[in-house]
Amino acid sequence: MTVVGSLRVVEAGARVYRRTWRGSVISTFLNPILYLLAMGIGLGELVDEGSGGASLDLPYLTFLAPGLLAAAAMQTGAGDASYPVMAGIKWRKTYEATLSTPIGVPELLFGHLGWVTVRLTFVSVVFAAIMTLFGATSAVEGMLAVPPAVLTGLAFSSLVTAYTAKLKNEMGLAAMFRFAIVPLFLFSGTFFPIEQLPDYVEPLAYITPLWHGVELCRGLALGLEYTVHPLISVSYLVVLIAVGAVLGVMTLRRRLIA
Amino acid sequence: MANPLVSARGLTKHFDELVAVDAIDFDVQEGEAFGFLGPNGAGKSSTMRMIGSVSPLTAGTLSVLGLDPARDGPQIRARIGVVPQDDNLDLELTVYENLLIYGRYFGLSKAVIDGRVAELLRFTQLEDRRDSPVDPLSGGMKRRLVIARGLINTPELLLLDEPTTGLDPQARHLLWDRLYRLKQEGVTLIITTHYMDEAEQLCDRLVIMDKGKIAAEGAPRDLIDRYSTREVLELRFPVGTQAVNAEHLDGIAHKTEVLPDRVLLYTDNADHAHSKVLQAGFEPESTVSRRSTLEDVFLSLTGRTLVD
Ligand SMILES: Nc1ncnc2c1ncn2[C@@H]1O[C@H](COP(=O)(O)OP(=O)(O)OP(=O)(O)O)[C@@H](O)[C@H]1O
Ligand SMILES: [Mg+2]
Repeated sequence: MTVVGSLRVVEAGARVYRRTWRGSVISTFLNPILYLLAMGIGLGELVDEGSGGASLDLPYLTFLAPGLLAAAAMQTGAGDASYPVMAGIKWRKTYEATLSTPIGVPELLFGHLGWVTVRLTFVSVVFAAIMTLFGATSAVEGMLAVPPAVLTGLAFSSLVTAYTAKLKNEMGLAAMFRFAIVPLFLFSGTFFPIEQLPDYVEPLAYITPLWHGVELCRGLALGLEYTVHPLISVSYLVVLIAVGAVLGVMTLRRRLIA
Repeated sequence: MANPLVSARGLTKHFDELVAVDAIDFDVQEGEAFGFLGPNGAGKSSTMRMIGSVSPLTAGTLSVLGLDPARDGPQIRARIGVVPQDDNLDLELTVYENLLIYGRYFGLSKAVIDGRVAELLRFTQLEDRRDSPVDPLSGGMKRRLVIARGLINTPELLLLDEPTTGLDPQARHLLWDRLYRLKQEGVTLIITTHYMDEAEQLCDRLVIMDKGKIAAEGAPRDLIDRYSTREVLELRFPVGTQAVNAEHLDGIAHKTEVLPDRVLLYTDNADHAHSKVLQAGFEPESTVSRRSTLEDVFLSLTGRTLVD
């Protein structure tokens, strides 16, 4: 494994992106605007006027925005690790081409995750800027939420890459989005504090990576009190990234160099 | 003789229970065009992927360019070119971008790559396609692009896995011509194919592979001399009567092979055999007399045809 090799894979990701970025413009720019408009402003007004405003102690839009940033990073991270990885392995076999050069599986994986990190940073910065334009947070607050969002996205990307490399076909990907990503999106504290959940499901939320990401983004951006120590959340996400990377190297090896 | 460029002893590849390559031995000398001829599933690609230092061996020893694929994979891959069986191009990118990205994996600078791209696109007659996307290119053009890509690092050894499968005759001949030129420039070629004419045209020496084993080895002409007669007479009898007719053809030729749609008579003089067949009162619907080919060698070694 060499760092240089991984960086070449990152570079390839950037070159491919130069040609394909148009396809992701909507999710990068339009989705944050739509969500902040519909949920933050539309729904937020109702929340703020009702009893929700009192229990949150801050405008709903402000409460929502950093959590939504974490959730958007999750979706980018999982997205980049699903269909594009399946294409690399199976549909276009571009990974096979890469591995016939001096690049090896670990470099391929770390280069892939490296490129995802670049993408996550870009997407999160754009999101934070839009948050600021909406008046949800100040510019500094928004940018403070970017690093934990990238960490969150990377945890998902790392785990989902390992998962995708195990799949025979894309049906497992649709299932993952339907049964894992969407429920996490809805119930990990993005839209409402998890204390609102029935007591017996509340502990479940604590083990979801997205909840930790949301906590970190919100805590850093808004200076709110953390439910668990932020170092625990950071460590948890870092451990997930490492576990995903190890599993990813294993599953990609089995798949690509049998 | 100098040290071989590639040398395998007892080379074996298993996929779980399945034995894809079964303890084969071979040597490839520098500057030669070496072929693996065999039907679907013979183990050609599995062998190529081991030589390409991508797929680990199950057993045996393999040296490539004097190095050990298990230990020196990246160094080996840096010095060889690979044309895989499937065109694994990035269809969203242009011809140039495919070559650029691939070249960068070898650590070549953009300036060096740009120079080579110009030369390689001329060589593969794709100059006017440099900036077009890959997706709409014809099969033959894609194949030529994969070959150009495999040459971006000026390899000493080029591995070609079924370079012309799926191409029309004109595209095949163009490719053969390019491969022939590479060989003249001193590039060692290892080619797999299930086309006997391709093997005869391109290979100095080849092995015939079947079910993971090597059935025979030699120069195309030698193999034909050793395992077949000089000529072959093909007789086509009415549907369903090949075997019945063949039973009574004994003695006319050295050997008789019955295929589902025709009977082959192995003889040193096909015209002579033809007269004898007619004299004996047989009435084949059509006859062809021809020289023996590697297809006949394969048939005589395995009892089956190469392309089914
Ligand atoms: N990655 C793999 N996993 C499991 N089995 C495999 C794998 N690759 C090849 N095989 C099996 O190994 C055997 C040899 O396959 P291989 O691809 O080497 O044959 P081939 O001679 O290249 O055939 P073809 O002419 O069809 O390309 C086949 O039975 C094939 O199904
Ligand atoms: Mg093959």
